Amino acid sequence: MQQTRTVELGTGLFVLLGIGALFFLTTQTTGFGNYAGSDTYEVQARFENIGSLKPRSPVSMAGVTIGRVIKVEFDSDSLEAVVTFILESQYDRIPDDSDATILTAGLMGSQYMALQAGGSETYLEDGSEVLFTQSAVVLENLIGKYLFSSDSGDKK
Amino acid sequence: MLREIYQALLEFVRTFGALQLFFLRLLRHSPFVFVKRFRLVVFQVYNTGVLSIVLIVVCGGFIGAVLGLQVYSNLKRFNAEDTVGLFTAFALAKEIGPVLTALLFAGRAGTALASEIGLMKATDQLSAMEMMAVNPIPRVVVPRFLGGIIAVPILTAIFTTMGILGAHLVAVELLGVDVGAFWQQMQQTLEPSDIYEGIFKSVVFGIVASLLAVWEGYNALPTAAGVSRATTRTVVVTAISVLILDFMITASLL
Repeated sequence: MQQTRTVELGTGLFVLLGIGALFFLTTQTTGFGNYAGSDTYEVQARFENIGSLKPRSPVSMAGVTIGRVIKVEFDSDSLEAVVTFILESQYDRIPDDSDATILTAGLMGSQYMALQAGGSETYLEDGSEVLFTQSAVVLENLIGKYLFSSDSGDKK
Repeated sequence: MLREIYQALLEFVRTFGALQLFFLRLLRHSPFVFVKRFRLVVFQVYNTGVLSIVLIVVCGGFIGAVLGLQVYSNLKRFNAEDTVGLFTAFALAKEIGPVLTALLFAGRAGTALASEIGLMKATDQLSAMEMMAVNPIPRVVVPRFLGGIIAVPILTAIFTTMGILGAHLVAVELLGVDVGAFWQQMQQTLEPSDIYEGIFKSVVFGIVASLLAVWEGYNALPTAAGVSRATTRTVVVTAISVLILDFMITASLL
């Protein structure tokens, strides 16, 4: 009897430990829980080129992460990329003429979207669109441009 | 010469087929055992899972620690030591956790299962059961099989968690990586699907490791040498199958 009790107790603890570990893995090591609980609002922006921006890339303003990209689509009418991102509701006083830029964290780091404050008195709200955007700087294009320009320089 | 190769090949295919049939037989009895003889399954979860916890926790912690150390010393050269958390968590969750847990499970619990069933056979306990009109498959083999299947994914989750904590201990506490960067890089890049891939693998490996252990035990020659051979084969065959399957699953999921 005592032995059965130990076995059952041990197994119960074991399974609980497993569930705890699984919970830790899904919530703590992935960005799963971020923004799941807090209130957010959705904003869109259109870019000519988004580089390697992906869903879940951070959206930051003045260097502070205030939101996250949730969707990247291609609009076949205007041939632009449509990026949908969410911002936390507590940041509800962001001027609607702010401009969105896609930047790279470090030289080879992942890309993120940065908002630069405008001067408007009206603010971004759910469903609005950021009108001023700057495309991502694609490193390969830069290198290509540099090579090309130095090449033509030699010929002159 | 050619004839021997042909014979060996035929024997391999025959064994493989017999294994599949054995697997189907276990599956047929599984729902009944799981519902009606749950107590036996619980006891086997204890036997294979709970008694492996110490091994899993210690190994997981040290694997994570050494991984953190290696990754750190290499990334340091590129000034990218902030990504230590990302690298270790990625490797642990997707590959090292499931694979090493399956191998450790084969060594700790698989051998115990194989030699236990093999010894039961060698000492005619299985035949005695059949004499009493008790089918040894649902009574002896299936509970051990199910117990292993339940234990391996849980052990994998514990292993991976311990590994990440071990990496945290070394990278953050000892080597001075910023604690925020360590976790934030990890959380930004790791997707829930990466974790699910690890869980999926651990379930597959659990089935394979348990199946091979009870199969080797059940088919052991009923002698001392036969049981010891079955025990050895359990580890060897499980290791090979798990590593081959790991490659196949990764290739198909990419």
